[in-house]
Amino acid sequence: MIQAPVTPILGRGGVIFLVLLLAVAILVPVLNLFATPGSALHVPDYMVTLIGKYLCYALLALAVDLVWGFCGILSLGHGAFFALGGYAMGMYLMRQIGSRGVYGNPELPDFMVFLNWKELPWYWQGFEYFPFALLMVFLVPGALAFVFGWLAFRSRVTGVYLSIITQAMTFALLLAFFRNDMGFGGNNGLTDFKDILGFPVQASTTRAVLYFCSALALGGCFILARRIVSSKLGLVLVSIRDAESRTRFLGYRVEHYKLFVFTVSAMMAGLAGALYVPQVGIINPSEFSPENSIETVIWTAFGGRGTLWGAALGAIVVNAAKSWFTGLLPDAWLFILGGLFIVVTLFMPKGLAGIFSGWRWAPRPPVTEAAKVSTQAAE
Amino acid sequence: MIALEKPQFAETLLFLEDVTVTFDGFRALNKLGLDVGRGEMRAIIGPNGAGKTTMMDVITGKTRPDEGRVLFGDIDLTRLDEAAIANLGIGRKFQKPTVFENHSVWTNLELALKANRSPWASLRWVLGGEARDKIAATLERINLLPAFASLAGDLSHGQKQWLEIGMLLMQEPELLLVDEPVAGMTDAETEKTAHLLRNIAETRSVVVVEHDMEFVRALNVRVTVLHEGSVLAEGNLDAVQNNQKVIDVYLGR
Repeated sequence: MIQAPVTPILGRGGVIFLVLLLAVAILVPVLNLFATPGSALHVPDYMVTLIGKYLCYALLALAVDLVWGFCGILSLGHGAFFALGGYAMGMYLMRQIGSRGVYGNPELPDFMVFLNWKELPWYWQGFEYFPFALLMVFLVPGALAFVFGWLAFRSRVTGVYLSIITQAMTFALLLAFFRNDMGFGGNNGLTDFKDILGFPVQASTTRAVLYFCSALALGGCFILARRIVSSKLGLVLVSIRDAESRTRFLGYRVEHYKLFVFTVSAMMAGLAGALYVPQVGIINPSEFSPENSIETVIWTAFGGRGTLWGAALGAIVVNAAKSWFTGLLPDAWLFILGGLFIVVTLFMPKGLAGIFSGWRWAPRPPVTEAAKVSTQAAE
Repeated sequence: MIALEKPQFAETLLFLEDVTVTFDGFRALNKLGLDVGRGEMRAIIGPNGAGKTTMMDVITGKTRPDEGRVLFGDIDLTRLDEAAIANLGIGRKFQKPTVFENHSVWTNLELALKANRSPWASLRWVLGGEARDKIAATLERINLLPAFASLAGDLSHGQKQWLEIGMLLMQEPELLLVDEPVAGMTDAETEKTAHLLRNIAETRSVVVVEHDMEFVRALNVRVTVLHEGSVLAEGNLDAVQNNQKVIDVYLGR
């Protein structure tokens, strides 16, 4: 009889994205470590770190797309979850410095010695253990998203109001983390990292592994996100995005669905931040700045909202362009970014992903004869 | 025509008593009382601003009344939210057809199918044979079987109305609240819809709000006239249409 429509977990675009990601994940470190320096094939160290950074941004954009593209939650504060994940990792890296700091205090990071602190604050306890820090990378952003979302979604804050309070959230954290007595290094943040799991963070091999882990995290989170959006839960999310009250009157607790996807997304952003910090070697409060979160939304829109892989691609392309243009015309970058956003909004509503849509997506199921007949009857 | 002045329904399913709703000093509902029996179909008519949609909002939990009781069986609905009320077995069709335009017709029905509504259950949901049969049967009933794979957004206005009614049926409600189901429909579609609703009312209670008097006549059920938030008259359509108070209200005195 009739064939029920099924959403494939990955789809053609998803498979292509994963294959390309895998190729880049393997090729870049291999060409960095094994090609002879100076040859055309050699990828310099700085390039590995740069692309690794893009991959972290891509994961952040993926997280934003999961809530914005599929559930209509325009978060302008996802940078906060990214930064919190980064700080959790940064705290682990600080504890690994041990007595190699400037002041040589085996227990306290330099900035605490400088502040005349006598002992480690309670919230720094446990961060010397990698598994604990890794747990916090997920738990801290997840818990913040859960509490924030529980309050916001239960009170039915939606649309632009929700965007504004997410923005306020990240701005509040920015101000808090600037304060020296918060115990996170204030203005300077956390830096001068020495090693991670016993391997020096500056070494090429460590960087290659971190790079590979970033690609792995992006691929893994992409599959997880696809698993979510291709399930009935994902269909409900789209329903909430398009017709929230209809979804409610069907008996779905909209706030639970939003809370679920918002928390999962925050954890992905936290993981992205945790992978970002050892590669760039620093985390400071500027990561909480509202501009970062807004830029992430632009990457997502540029790549193609609601496609997941498009958002990741958008993050990589825009950031590559940023690196190139800020080298070439440092003052022009913000104008270019703004222009890009306008062009995408006006001419490419589906973003970069839309360009490929001609050959990527199966055509819409044709309107059947019976449907046509009654459409005509209705007119 | 059979006289419907004294309906005999075994028990009351929906009972509203002294329900009052005020918006900024405006009394949308004023000590409204209503009594719908199990298995009854009731038509609600009334001029614009009579409180028909507000009444639906109160029953489905969208608006909390300032005063009064709303009982569904013996459960007080005024304490529950929309999702809880929907899961108790009250389905609502909006005035403007509201379906999920980016989902296929099939998916619209699948999402409406009565099932565990928690996120976790949805994540693990697998479409079984029984669910498949239910969806197919409903598609047949609402005349959308050939269009099952179309996007709901591509349907005609009348087909969206049917799809929404079909979504209510998938919820297996005991009570359906239907707001202007034939607005914007052709005569042929209106007739089909009247047939569909009568068919549904054989097993469930249905409350229909409608302006189209021909359609209300075709339904052939007890009619309640609302005016300024209270019940003005009740009875069969002929009796109501000959009621002097109703004539005054509709002709503007």
